[in-house]
Amino acid sequence: MTDNPYPLDKADLLQAYRTMRTIREFEERLHIDFAKGDIPGFVHLYAGEEACATGIMMHLNDNDRIASTHRGHGHCIAKGVDVHEMMAEIYGRSTGACRGKGGSMHIADLSKGMMGANGILGAGAPLICGAALAAKFRGDGGVGITFVGDGASNQGTFLESMNLAAVWNLPVVFVVENNGYAESTAMEWAVSCDSYIDRATGFGLPGVTVDGTDFFAVHEAAGEIIRRAREGGGPALLECNMVRFYGHFEGDAQTYRAKGEVESLRANRDCIKLLAQRLTETGIVAPAELETIDREVNALIEDAVRCAKAAPLPVAADLLKDVYVAY
Amino acid sequence: MSRKISMKTAINEALDLEMRRDPTVILMGEDIVGGTGAPGEDDAWGGVLGVTKGLFAKHGDRLLDTPLSESAYIGAAIGAAACGMRPVAELMFMDFMGVCFDQIFNQAAKFRYMFGGKAETPVVIRGMVGAGFRAAAQHSQMLTPLFTHIPGLKVVCPSNAYDAKGLLIQSIRDNDPVIFCEHKNLYGHETEVPAESYAIPFGEANVLRDGDHVTIVSYGLTVHRAMEAADALARDKVEAEVIDLRTLSPIDWDTIIDSVERTGRLVVVDEAHPRCNLATDISAFVAQNAFGALKAGIQMVTPPHTPVPFSPSLEDLYIPSAEAVAAAVRRTMAPSPRSTLAA
Repeated sequence: MTDNPYPLDKADLLQAYRTMRTIREFEERLHIDFAKGDIPGFVHLYAGEEACATGIMMHLNDNDRIASTHRGHGHCIAKGVDVHEMMAEIYGRSTGACRGKGGSMHIADLSKGMMGANGILGAGAPLICGAALAAKFRGDGGVGITFVGDGASNQGTFLESMNLAAVWNLPVVFVVENNGYAESTAMEWAVSCDSYIDRATGFGLPGVTVDGTDFFAVHEAAGEIIRRAREGGGPALLECNMVRFYGHFEGDAQTYRAKGEVESLRANRDCIKLLAQRLTETGIVAPAELETIDREVNALIEDAVRCAKAAPLPVAADLLKDVYVAY
Repeated sequence: MSRKISMKTAINEALDLEMRRDPTVILMGEDIVGGTGAPGEDDAWGGVLGVTKGLFAKHGDRLLDTPLSESAYIGAAIGAAACGMRPVAELMFMDFMGVCFDQIFNQAAKFRYMFGGKAETPVVIRGMVGAGFRAAAQHSQMLTPLFTHIPGLKVVCPSNAYDAKGLLIQSIRDNDPVIFCEHKNLYGHETEVPAESYAIPFGEANVLRDGDHVTIVSYGLTVHRAMEAADALARDKVEAEVIDLRTLSPIDWDTIIDSVERTGRLVVVDEAHPRCNLATDISAFVAQNAFGALKAGIQMVTPPHTPVPFSPSLEDLYIPSAEAVAAAVRRTMAPSPRSTLAA
């Protein structure tokens, strides 16, 4: 038996791979189905960024809350939201996670601590401060994680929330998923500082920057920051530098990107390929084991799409339902 | 036991009683304790006008002073509500809504619907509304129509201490987000209020005065202007029915329609800006649902379509007066040209 040089046992390593593969397969399938016209509305894909959601969420339980973004499918899957319910939601079906009333940008499952993808950039940061405050009042050790992209990192809500979390000493982790683009606008142009660490420091928070395509780097850094928050050490910022394989939204021709950029990223900075390489090179995992997972994931997504397409649409009465608890 | 107390004291009492009853009730806002971290007294202010004074001594850390950072702490109140707490967040002046409205209308108001009925957000956002305090354009608005426009929000605006206490208790127990509008010029207004806890259900207007000739509908401070007008009209043998809406969303359509079907005349008095406000909303609803009962055109009494001015001489002109309400009633009582022609 080969020695495992990683701080995770084999089952966890395989689970990490499975989660990342599930996200990738989910997104690749949406890319195809969207192009066919099967999916209504806006879809923002997380492909290329899987190591970030997975490396962070492995430290969380259902008691911990996350506030996601418009690019939220990866966060949902990694937080344990049911893939069938997610797919049905994106297809606008009544069996969806939000009964077809939310869609891709609003998938939520509060029972899993997933407080919603969010169509308003930066809006999740104040909400997660509240979730962390609730955890603090309950004394249940829960933490809150809020995700923003490099774009939403410029929102006042995000900056104000770092200050509030510091002042109230809340167990919050602010994750900046820096994929280099705010929609089509380059991070280098739109963000006034060189490093998010500088912004965190400005609010009295510790900050760490990691290579977001390196699952192990994310997992390790997130683990420390989350443990610290859980133990009452207060908020912190984690910047994950990562890559976006698709456009801002599906249908984006990405003319703002350099020629060959995406191809090069897919060849050299694919977080799943990198993880698979590390796992197989060290001999901890046999390639066949990963191939088995790949097949199972393919079957899962295929089944999710089949079920979503067969599921009933919401009925007219649903239009008026659930505006209020009682009115 | 009932005694006369001010609306400010009634609100304080409602918060105190609910905090005693339910440990998940927490308060947050700018200076609601006052002096946090400062070298002087703790609980120095109890809110900018002293509404929460004394609650820190009773409930300690369940009152949280916040940075001047409305987006962050109003959002935090909403996030905590979605996670099992019942926060009451004070937005000092409702006019500050502009800096945090996203958290209210895109987040709190939509969670339940957007998440397929799987979320509850029992948060109360309370704050001061209304003109007459010489507080000028950014501290004096009656922004109620902004809130009634949004599905998912409930909107409350009491006219007196008794209602304020019962409606705030109901707001805190309610499982939907509630915008609780407190008219700053009513804080000192006293009415009989029981010492014990009671809740006033939403969507039940209060008929303050019976009358057969005309229906006057209002809420908040202008309810008092309507009552003054009704007293003056009674001297001329015009009996006005005065309806205090108390809650604007939900709204008690039945009481309004029943009254108009009896009186045949409607005057709506609204301190909000005149376009797309409660007055236009109610007028349209009555025109659509009780047109046959109307004996005269509906009259609306509102401020002009201007920001709230500062100078007392202008602000007094801005706020709907009892005289303006009485004049509107007289317009509805005057024989219409058509009926004159028919005679």
